[in-house]
Amino acid sequence: MSSKYVIHTKQVPDRFKALSKSGVIAWEEGCLKCAVCVKKQCVYGVYDNRGLDPRQMIDSIDNQCMNCYRCVQSCPKELIQKSINPEFKVMGDTHWTPDIIARLWYQAQTGKIPVSGAGYPGPFTGPGFDSMWTDMSEIVRPTRDGIHGREYISTSIDIGSIPKQLMFSDKGDLIGREPLVMDIPLPIIFRLPSFGSISENTLMGWARAARHLGILLALPAKLINGNLEGYKSNLIPIFSAEDKVKKLGDEIRMVKVLWDGKNKKLLETVRRLYPRTLIAVSLPLKKGSLKEITDLISEGYSIFNLEATFQGRSADDQSRFAKDDIRSIHQTLVKDGIRNEITLTASGGFAMAEHVAKAVICGVDGVFIDFPILIALECRMCRRCEKGLTCPVEIENASQKWVAARTENMMGAWHNQLLEIMGAMGIREARRLRGEAGRAMFFDELDREIFGTMDKLEEGLELE
Amino acid sequence: MNLSNANRIKLPEIVPTRSRFRNPIGKYRLALNNDCTSCGICVDVCPYGVHVIKRGKVYVKNHYLCVGDDCPNPCHRVCPVNAISITRNPTFEVLGDYRWPADLLASTWYMAEFGKMPPKGLEYKCGKSGGGFDKIKIAFRKDQSADMEDDDIDVGVELNRRGDNAHRVRIEVPFYGGGMSYGSVSISTMLSRMRAAKALGTFCCTGEGGYPDELKPYDDNVITQVATGLFGVREETIQRVKIVEFKYAQGAKPGLGGHLLGEKVTPGVARMRESVVGYPLFSPFPFHSVYSVEDHKKHVDWIKAMNPKALVSVKVSTPTDVDMVAIGSYYAGAHIIHLDGSYGGTGAAPEIAKKNIAMPIEYAVPRVHQFLTKEGVRDKITVVASGGIRCPHDFIKVIAMGADAICTGTADMVSLECVRCNKCESGRGCARGIATTDAELAKMIDVEWGTQRVINMFLAWRSEIIRILKKLGMKSLKELVGRTDCLVHLDYIQKGKE
Repeated sequence: MSSKYVIHTKQVPDRFKALSKSGVIAWEEGCLKCAVCVKKQCVYGVYDNRGLDPRQMIDSIDNQCMNCYRCVQSCPKELIQKSINPEFKVMGDTHWTPDIIARLWYQAQTGKIPVSGAGYPGPFTGPGFDSMWTDMSEIVRPTRDGIHGREYISTSIDIGSIPKQLMFSDKGDLIGREPLVMDIPLPIIFRLPSFGSISENTLMGWARAARHLGILLALPAKLINGNLEGYKSNLIPIFSAEDKVKKLGDEIRMVKVLWDGKNKKLLETVRRLYPRTLIAVSLPLKKGSLKEITDLISEGYSIFNLEATFQGRSADDQSRFAKDDIRSIHQTLVKDGIRNEITLTASGGFAMAEHVAKAVICGVDGVFIDFPILIALECRMCRRCEKGLTCPVEIENASQKWVAARTENMMGAWHNQLLEIMGAMGIREARRLRGEAGRAMFFDELDREIFGTMDKLEEGLELE
Repeated sequence: MNLSNANRIKLPEIVPTRSRFRNPIGKYRLALNNDCTSCGICVDVCPYGVHVIKRGKVYVKNHYLCVGDDCPNPCHRVCPVNAISITRNPTFEVLGDYRWPADLLASTWYMAEFGKMPPKGLEYKCGKSGGGFDKIKIAFRKDQSADMEDDDIDVGVELNRRGDNAHRVRIEVPFYGGGMSYGSVSISTMLSRMRAAKALGTFCCTGEGGYPDELKPYDDNVITQVATGLFGVREETIQRVKIVEFKYAQGAKPGLGGHLLGEKVTPGVARMRESVVGYPLFSPFPFHSVYSVEDHKKHVDWIKAMNPKALVSVKVSTPTDVDMVAIGSYYAGAHIIHLDGSYGGTGAAPEIAKKNIAMPIEYAVPRVHQFLTKEGVRDKITVVASGGIRCPHDFIKVIAMGADAICTGTADMVSLECVRCNKCESGRGCARGIATTDAELAKMIDVEWGTQRVINMFLAWRSEIIRILKKLGMKSLKELVGRTDCLVHLDYIQKGKE
């Protein structure tokens, strides 16, 4: 048996001061100059740690404040108040929320999973993946001694086509070709984000992380040159209709082709030049995706990536969430008896570890992630780089080593979170998590089932 | 004559108990400018005691009691020199979250101080989570209201419905304190909750962290917990109590067991848990001796052998098959099935678990109630709900969905002035001295003060529950169990109309 897959993490400090959600505001006017100022008594030593004279009343958004409100509630002249940090609030968008971004920073810095006290403070339900819960197993289930215990919870997945059976000749030789399958230890593949202040160092850092983690990084084929060549076995060249397909060497284990629905010639060329390489066909996630997939299966392709939008929606309808389309495509392929013969992945909008687990539950084998590996490098999703403006956290200047360590930290935290979710479900293999929708709960179904009958509004009813 | 036994015990008194801090946090802030002549009109008109006059000078003493625009007699309108300005308190905007918005926190603080619901100005009936309790309203029909004395309304709950040899236990208020271990909270916090439970004629659970000697005087009101780590569980502790609770799982981190961070394992905690100072403690998941209902029965029998009169409560979280778990617990001999919903409290849990694993209590209770009813055993077992029940309105809703009683946890913490900063687990623990084992921080809570705060809050809950029951025309809480027709869900009435 192979050894346990462990991602080693260590503290990797931020290069810039992180934005915090709220800060402390203090006024000087009216200060009584108490012998022992309440600021001196801060349990967390915030006023001392920030290296300012604690008696100096300054207006400051303080990223060390832990929100205990003790100074606010104790100052005899009520001169200290808390205030929302407007800069934090406007980060990202409705999908890449400030909270998600801040949590990714924390994970990349510490390599730890976010742990906190008190009950979940968020909304009851939400759009997309927020409208599902995962199951747990109460009593009846196989023994285990904690997710980090002796038993192994595997997050590995297979990519490729697994034949139903192997055929051998009388002499014991395999008939036909050896099946092409690759296994990777995480249901995650990196993909170059569509924007970002990315330098060669950044790419090298990500490639290093991918190699160290045993996974891959997908990026446009034309970028694979120079120093990156050394990382070929962990790179997935992406070919699109504009590219001239070229052979990049036998180390390449997988290529990705952006399928526009018509360019058959591109596919053929790739197949010809990469006969012993896994070929993933990436197609926009939309109404007709299923038909396209079944057509391509009949032509012998077996790895498909469903490309959702930047915010995890269907390409042709912003109101539909990738989760729902993935589920229905998976279910149809199961019904048609062909799901096991192919590999299905998804990309676009995966922002948290739980999204990976939930996408797998909905029916994909694994996912491509893009912006989380950029946010790991302190990206604030301000998109200034898209407009040609400078990056506030100078990602392009970060060293390879720092990029790799931050990225690995984040994946270490994600891996542990996958273990948490799977451990609670009593599932010990990511391969078996795929399509386990019966062990998940969906808001749309559950809410109506339970509350649907609470719909009677009689005349004269008073509501409270 | 009233035979409902509603007042078998004499309820404790409400004693106004102010915040431990100099400046209680309120929704509004008032300012007096230099034009103020200290005429004292504002002191006279304010119904809430916001302004005071001392040595001939007027000043604002209680910003936090101001109800802003809801005020029937606003001081700033009658001030002859226009010296008063009222603004929203910026700190209030930072406070709270979707589940416990600042309004709900501040109204709980109000209840803990005054023993009644806040007059105006604060939304104390629901939160902002956008689903579950926060989308459900209690529906009152016209002329339904019962003309009864408050004392005639029975809000007590019988906990032993099996009719076996175990104690006949009745709680006089329909809630008891959920498990919070010695280690996750300070001894002062534990004692405050325990003493309040005794005064109110109910119980409070020790959680999984042993049974500190300080709790001995309250043995008759203690529920001791047997959880997977078996920390502090002894034959003697099982024999001391009337109710023993098996904790299979916890709503905040279902399927993951417990985790006490090393920093919180002080010498006292280590002694109690028979462990080593400074080392983190894991309570594994699941019980390694329970893989079937039969195994579970063996556990229940084990308790009954040690303490034949004990009631057995089984605390589980809420997987999809929670109804099967409930019926299994019944057949194994449990008296109480305690469902802990996925949005329940914790001292420390992975955020991914708190958010995602298992279902909210609002789904679990109707499922279990209906299933047990169908199986014909509903009246033989007590269903207790917990995990996200924040206020009297949540309480009424969950009873109407099918629970008999509830457990509280976070609400107790808030009555002791928790601000939900979510930092229970960091370093020395709670900076406000509630969830900490740090000797210095724990001193921030005086047990007398804490006891009275918890009592006040629950007396406010009790009168509000009675008010609602009367308005529904019900004489006892029992009548409300499973009455989903008393509830409407805002999403579905709207859909029904279309």
